[in-house]
Amino acid sequence: MNTRRSSTKAPSTTTYREALRDALRDALHDERVFLMGEDVGRYGGCFGVSLGLLEEFGPDRIRDTPLSESAFVGAGIGAALGGMRPVVEIMTVNFSLLALDQILNNAATLLHMSGGQLSVPMVIRMTTGAGRQLGAQHSHSLEGWYAHIPGIRVLAPATLDDARHMLAAALADPDPVLVFEHGSLYNAEGVLDPTIDAVDLDSAAVRRPGTDISIITYGGSLPKALAAADDLSGDGISAEVLDLRTLRPLDDATIMESVGRTHQAVVVDEAWRSGSLAAEISARITEQAFYELDAPVQRVCSAEVPIPYARQLEEATLPQPASIVDAVRLAVS
Amino acid sequence: MAEFTMPSLGADMDEGTLVEWLVSPGDTVAKGDVVAVVETAKSTIEVECFDSGTVGTLLVRPGTIVPVGAPMAVIGPAAEPSAHTVAQQPAGPAPGPHPASVRAAAPADEVVSTPLVRHLAQKNDIDLSTVHGSGKGGRITRADVERTASRPPLRVQASPLARRLAQSLDVDLGRVRGTGRNGTVRADDVRAAAGRAPRTLGRRPPAAGAPATPRDRPSVRTGPSAPSTREPAARSAISALMTRANRDIPHYYLSTTIDLAAATTWMLNRNANSPVGERLVPAALLLKSVALAARQVPELNGHWTDDEFVPANEVRLGVAVSLRGGGLAAPALANADSMLLPELMETLRDLVSRARRGRLRASETADPTLTVTNLGDQGVETVFGVIYPPQVALVGLGCVIEHPVAVDGMLTVHPTVTATLSADHRASDGATGARFLTALDRLLQRPEEL
Amino acid sequence: MSTTTTRTDGRTRPAARKGARKKVSTTTAHSTPASDHRLSLLRRMLVIRRFEERCVELYSSTKIRGFVHLYIGEEAVAVGVNEALRQEDAVVSTYREHGHALARGVPADAVMAEMYGKVTGCSRGHGGSMHLFDADRRFYGGNAIVAGGLPLAAGLALADRMRGSTRVTCCFFGDGAFAEGEFHETANLAALWRLPLLMVCENNLYAMGTSLAREHAQTNLAMRASSYGMPAWSVDGMDVLAVEAAAHQATESIRAGIGPHFLEAQTYRFRAHSMYDPDRYRAKSEIEQWKGRDPIRGLADRMRSEGELGDQTMEQLEQDVLGVIERAVRSAEDAPEEPVADLLRFVTSEPGGSP
Repeated sequence: MNTRRSSTKAPSTTTYREALRDALRDALHDERVFLMGEDVGRYGGCFGVSLGLLEEFGPDRIRDTPLSESAFVGAGIGAALGGMRPVVEIMTVNFSLLALDQILNNAATLLHMSGGQLSVPMVIRMTTGAGRQLGAQHSHSLEGWYAHIPGIRVLAPATLDDARHMLAAALADPDPVLVFEHGSLYNAEGVLDPTIDAVDLDSAAVRRPGTDISIITYGGSLPKALAAADDLSGDGISAEVLDLRTLRPLDDATIMESVGRTHQAVVVDEAWRSGSLAAEISARITEQAFYELDAPVQRVCSAEVPIPYARQLEEATLPQPASIVDAVRLAVS
Repeated sequence: MAEFTMPSLGADMDEGTLVEWLVSPGDTVAKGDVVAVVETAKSTIEVECFDSGTVGTLLVRPGTIVPVGAPMAVIGPAAEPSAHTVAQQPAGPAPGPHPASVRAAAPADEVVSTPLVRHLAQKNDIDLSTVHGSGKGGRITRADVERTASRPPLRVQASPLARRLAQSLDVDLGRVRGTGRNGTVRADDVRAAAGRAPRTLGRRPPAAGAPATPRDRPSVRTGPSAPSTREPAARSAISALMTRANRDIPHYYLSTTIDLAAATTWMLNRNANSPVGERLVPAALLLKSVALAARQVPELNGHWTDDEFVPANEVRLGVAVSLRGGGLAAPALANADSMLLPELMETLRDLVSRARRGRLRASETADPTLTVTNLGDQGVETVFGVIYPPQVALVGLGCVIEHPVAVDGMLTVHPTVTATLSADHRASDGATGARFLTALDRLLQRPEEL
Repeated sequence: MSTTTTRTDGRTRPAARKGARKKVSTTTAHSTPASDHRLSLLRRMLVIRRFEERCVELYSSTKIRGFVHLYIGEEAVAVGVNEALRQEDAVVSTYREHGHALARGVPADAVMAEMYGKVTGCSRGHGGSMHLFDADRRFYGGNAIVAGGLPLAAGLALADRMRGSTRVTCCFFGDGAFAEGEFHETANLAALWRLPLLMVCENNLYAMGTSLAREHAQTNLAMRASSYGMPAWSVDGMDVLAVEAAAHQATESIRAGIGPHFLEAQTYRFRAHSMYDPDRYRAKSEIEQWKGRDPIRGLADRMRSEGELGDQTMEQLEQDVLGVIERAVRSAEDAPEEPVADLLRFVTSEPGGSP
């Protein structure tokens, strides 16, 4: 990951949620930028991300919308065509399916379909993922579907620093950018790296270096992968943890570089296994680093069920540190 | 019934690693026969048995660390091998004084076979442990090997990295024991087979008391010093090279029997007047003669490179040395044609000894221009060898034997040697080869000039 | 506020305009600003008509492929509405948009080249018949998802609204789109936010093969649109002057900040839904009846009867238009293709700014 560093700010404790809010606040200093979505204003955002911004920037620019995902996402696209830099918030990825037509058929497509005339500089943020007992219609991880689509960039900030700095880079992108915020991360607390004041959107990041196996993951699974790597180090297995950061376009070079060193890989992806991003990464490793592989690529994905409500069922559905550890052991055995 | 145990080979030796068995179940052994190679902390040593009889069960497999005094094999009374000795016999630690102390005793993969069968297997690149024996007591017969040879080779399950490594390290995957799931050959298996250090898992050792991982097999020591893993690699390197030679080089063979009476007489006279350290053996004369002949017939001294013969500027005489555990090395005698005989003797002795200990320097194995294989000490009369690519000829020397010869119309007995030439027909023709053997003969008739 | 008016008589021809009919020569005509304007409308409709007739020919000879949805019969809507739009306004169209593009001023050469899939096409040949774009003329396509362009149009209007501009965004859609959620979401959003949006529903009575009555419980579309709290009314879509007048009324109101307006243009396509369509769902008699109300002939007849158009002028007009179409075809034939090597261009923006 390329980051721009400065050395002026003092470290301070913050949360993922606050980091996102600070990023929005910064972005709103550009008059073209506005935030639009369900309950982003008076309510303060379904997950509290935009709390307080209405008071600061007013209802025109912290714009509550009717429950019309297709219309307000499409309006974001139109506003972008009209010279604005909209940030559209969709409550959860499951709801985004109501706007899928606009995202795929318009946002991702207009530039090419118009022969390069119409670029769509907008950002669509949404919550993804399970782990909060929200049941089958608020918990899925469909970012892999979006990562299937040419013409859009798909981000998954997994760290405080990415939550704080990805938005600015996303707004600078002339094309549509989708940002997937895992619901389990909002309360993540920590200290921002005071030396970072910008991040790139092109590269994956090695979050923990290792020598024996590459655990490739993103978003809400990153903390789990890091926990698994901790466990594995007790066994003498040195696992490298790769945070994809950008799900489209994938940073093949960093993935292959890591696998080229460790010769073994486990992909951790909270989405369903079949036709998943994990499948894509596994296929790319096979295509590009086959002769570096010393073991089949393993995948740790969610069980192929609608995410259930009951706690023990939900836990059993999702990748967990223990299942990652098991997959690593299987790979290295 | 006697046990062959790990001998103590020094006061400070507590254990040894079995490197190789030199006998198989069913072999008849006599007291004093060398039956195994054992590696200690200091060296690799051939060890002998102290009983006579038939080798029964081999209790440990190569690579195993065995404490001094622990049983390694059972030697029974001289007889036909019993069913007890067949290959399928699982050979865990045998009942004995220290059964628990024999670590990692896996089933012995020794198989019952005859030298002919082993030879055939080697020639056809067949791992006998994979052949089902249809003979008496599970013996592998010639037919078994031939049947296997005609079958397409089984696909080895190996990781892509292992395959790539095997290719670059010239390791035959079929001969590598896979330690991965379902016997999959993995990169470290290949590295081990090639005598390379494994990529140790984790840069730091496991924390004390950490649970064992699947990789954590403290009972088997594999490492760069384990000859048990080096030799299969050498074998497979030879296998690859010889396969290529046989496939790519159109060989022709010439043979002539050379009268060594003059040379032997000269040598004996010289030795009688020399200090012990400077005495010669026939091999020295033969090698020097070959080197000189090579200089005289330069068409056979050099390399076949890019579809053409490139003659060499010097004679680097490769000397095929058979290694203890099987396999070959061919260190080169540089400038053999201009070396004085005592110097050549000394150099040869040093090279052979170091070759057998695996202590050759890379420069000494590089680019011989012509190789000599001398199987005289094995009692063979005639050798028709396979050329080492990219060389274009190989000289074979048999044993020096007393042979009736007619001299000036009188029948007499002279020492003779059968010299053969295997030559690359792309680089030379029979006439050239004939010139070479004639030159060799001529040189050996004037030993004083060597 | 709502100034909704709805017509219940629907299909009847509008009453004759004020002013006595004059008997004039059939070969000469006098020229006034008003008659020049009508002649211009006639000419624009004729360009669309002849362009599409030529497309049928070219499609039949496999020069152009894909879906080709013809606008023949509906020309008065595009031409009439465009009269009320300014250069800085925006248009969002549908997959039946040759007429909208040509009326908007996208050159016939560029549209024809797009039909041919040539690099000189208005979408570099990436779009085809259903995806005509012209950013310079603020013509935002060419949307082949029914009602899919409506939220986008609302967004264009939103951008103008947020910046206090008086620009208008006009979106065209059909009676089929009226059944889509995106129409209703957009109508609500636009009315809620008082967006400067002109929603023009081209009600040609059929959503592909499904007639209005078979897809809508309440077929009075203007009345339903008015329920969102915006001015909405119907207009005879076969009468270009009526359309023009209604559109002017709407855009003036929109520019004044009243918010979105809904205009239902009652019209009819004379040809099938697309080139593939055997047109089994419409009675021949119905088609013939509507052809009797051809907007081009209608305007021409009126101009003739009012002494504004003579045979000579008409003949000249036809020749001019044919020349335009022929030039478009020739230049499309001669135009280069986008190199396959450039296939992946424009999937994402090229570095160094917007293309």
